[in-house]
Amino acid sequence: MTALQRILRPALWRLDDLLSRIFGPAWNPLYNLGALGFFFYWIVAISGIYIYIFFDTGVTEAYDSVAYMTEDQWYLAGVMRSLHRYASDALVVVMVLHLIREFAYDRYRGARWFSWLTAVPIILFVLASGITGYWLVWDQLAQYVAIATMEWLDWLPIFGEPIARNFLAPDALDDRFFTLLVFLHIAVPLLLLLALWIHLQRVSRPRVNPPRGLAAGSFAALLALSFAMPATSHAPADLAKVPTVLDLDWFYLGFHPLMDVWSRGTVWATAAVLMLTIAVMPWLPPFRRPEVARVDLDNCNGCARCAEDCPFNAISMERRSDGKPFDREAVVNSSLCVSCGICAGACPTATPFRRTGALVPGIELPHATLVSLRDALDRKADTGSQQVYLIACEHGARRETIGHPDLAVATVPCIGALPPSFIDYLLSRCGAAGVYLAGCPQGNCHFRLGNAWTEARLEGRRDPILRKRVPRERVCWGWFAPHQSSGLRRSVEAFLRDVRGLPPQEAPSVRQLSTRFDRSREEGGVGGP
Amino acid sequence: MTSALRYVGQAAVLVAFAGVVGFFSAAPSFRHFPEGQALLKVSFAHGGARRAECRKRTRRELAEMAANMRKEMDCPRGRVDLRLEVDLDGAPLYQATLPPTGLAGDGPSRVYERFVLPAGRHVLHLRLRDSRRNQGFDHVTQKVVELAAGQSVAVDFRVGEGFIVR
Ligand code: HEM
Ligand code: SF4
Ligand code: SF4
Repeated sequence: MTALQRILRPALWRLDDLLSRIFGPAWNPLYNLGALGFFFYWIVAISGIYIYIFFDTGVTEAYDSVAYMTEDQWYLAGVMRSLHRYASDALVVVMVLHLIREFAYDRYRGARWFSWLTAVPIILFVLASGITGYWLVWDQLAQYVAIATMEWLDWLPIFGEPIARNFLAPDALDDRFFTLLVFLHIAVPLLLLLALWIHLQRVSRPRVNPPRGLAAGSFAALLALSFAMPATSHAPADLAKVPTVLDLDWFYLGFHPLMDVWSRGTVWATAAVLMLTIAVMPWLPPFRRPEVARVDLDNCNGCARCAEDCPFNAISMERRSDGKPFDREAVVNSSLCVSCGICAGACPTATPFRRTGALVPGIELPHATLVSLRDALDRKADTGSQQVYLIACEHGARRETIGHPDLAVATVPCIGALPPSFIDYLLSRCGAAGVYLAGCPQGNCHFRLGNAWTEARLEGRRDPILRKRVPRERVCWGWFAPHQSSGLRRSVEAFLRDVRGLPPQEAPSVRQLSTRFDRSREEGGVGGP
Repeated sequence: MTSALRYVGQAAVLVAFAGVVGFFSAAPSFRHFPEGQALLKVSFAHGGARRAECRKRTRRELAEMAANMRKEMDCPRGRVDLRLEVDLDGAPLYQATLPPTGLAGDGPSRVYERFVLPAGRHVLHLRLRDSRRNQGFDHVTQKVVELAAGQSVAVDFRVGEGFIVR
């Protein structure tokens, strides 16, 4: 699995980057696949309701009612029918791309297994919705699909009488059975909606609506397609004849031809193995989960900023349990926490300026504490003032900047794990000339929201904000994917030149230096990353 | 990238997306059934005879049963296997022993088989055993079917009517 990821990832980085250049990161379709999936679902739902008004659920009338839409009312019902088909196909395309991306970027293991596993029924419901939809036209394609599907289902010993017998001869199919098929095509998409809702239970603020421009663009594309290539029917179904040559919708019916080649049992086994493989992938290979975030109640004031910023709904605010005069306290649900550290970046008590007591914030990751980060930065400050710091996310570009002679580099699990006060600290206490923050490309944070929260904090749009007194010309950030480390290096070097051109930072006063050293001694100087 | 180039790029991506969606929604076409052939389906669901006759319980037996279960006749629910044989133009086409369905073996036996035949005139010999006998058949019929290319015909079985071509 990891070998496959290693092959896919570099290709995806480049594709992501290309589309970000074309669309801008916010509109990048690859960053909005789930949202586009929802958007296409809604197009399918609305167009489906419209064409259902014209649809006749009788066996003999169904075909003519569909033909009426396509031929007589082509300008509206016909277009709706085409949109209904093409948006369904587009849904499969974005679903498959979404699956590939979540897999390749390793965003489905550890605590993230839930969204993955709950997507297995989604795949089945999507396919079942499309397959049942093709029955309703009751043309030769419908006849082929219905019979092949029923013969396949009959392999399971659950039906008293083979259900394919409903299609044995022209007089075998009655309106009641046909109405049942229509009902399935309404029920399964509703189940799909329920499954989608479950799918998103563990992500906070899921992006379910694409940005307007992207929505408009993709709708326009499907609408243009509907006019250019209106959806049509095959000849009417006739159970006295065998459908011979069929124009398949390969997005939904791509598996059906296998039934002509393999036995029903083999097709069942293949489908079962495929679905089971997908289902167990989060545990193939088992993921070594890092320690989850830990709350220190003595330092938690119940402000709920961590819960607000956690991208995985892993923090809940509960009744205070320690008698302190606050209403609530943060509680981490360890089965949901992915150890990104974004909560520590949000906590107001995570400030390196503290004079009294050790630097223990209300919440942080036990294996990437803020003390260790501050000590690592302090050690780098000792090698000379006017340092330029690069604080980089583990998941973004880094390679070409590690060991750079003019940079003091530190890494964090996610750039959102860095409290903005650290920047202030480096500039005002350590005599740094500049601080550069690096993370994953915008819209593609490994932990979903880390770079977005960072940017909002630095720009003063989200608490905790970077203090006003921090000289903005000395702070810079850049978002680069792992293959773009030369881009990061160039961007950091340009920043280096800029800050070197500024008047030297005021050297830290003796008193400030001494508090820095005293404190690190008192805390026992935990090792840096 | 200049903004003009970006618009061109966006349009290109969306057109490519719509193109892929449009193309694979109805192409490439697929031949499901060979030319010049016809389809014969042999399918029915039919329950064979009970495995054994009903039997009158003795007085002793009845006395030993719980009061609410006391029934004079003891009728085993299980059904016999069916034996089906189909010959096409004098040669065996299909032969099977069809067990009853259901956990207690009391449901109908079922068969659903497809045969692809060359178009033209064919003679079918159909034999079915559905009683407790061990030899011979209870229903024996000959049917002549005239199949056009691409035609689909089904041989069904109904109690009272025997084999029928639908
Ligand atoms: C039509 C089908 C689907 C739709 C509409 C959909 C939609 C979404 C949305 C909106 C999100 C939240 C994205 C975000 O805001 O970060 C999401 C997350 C996710 N989806 Fe899907 N999804 C679908 C199918 C699938 C499938 C088939 C899989 C894989 C088997 C999958 C795997 C995931 C995973 C693993 C996440 C969580 C990502 C994370 O932890 O950051 N989804 N999906
Ligand atoms: S952000 Fe810090 S202080 Fe606020 S609730 Fe979370 S742990 Fe407590
Ligand atoms: S580390 Fe913090 S922000 Fe990240 S998932 Fe865990 S609790 Fe949420």
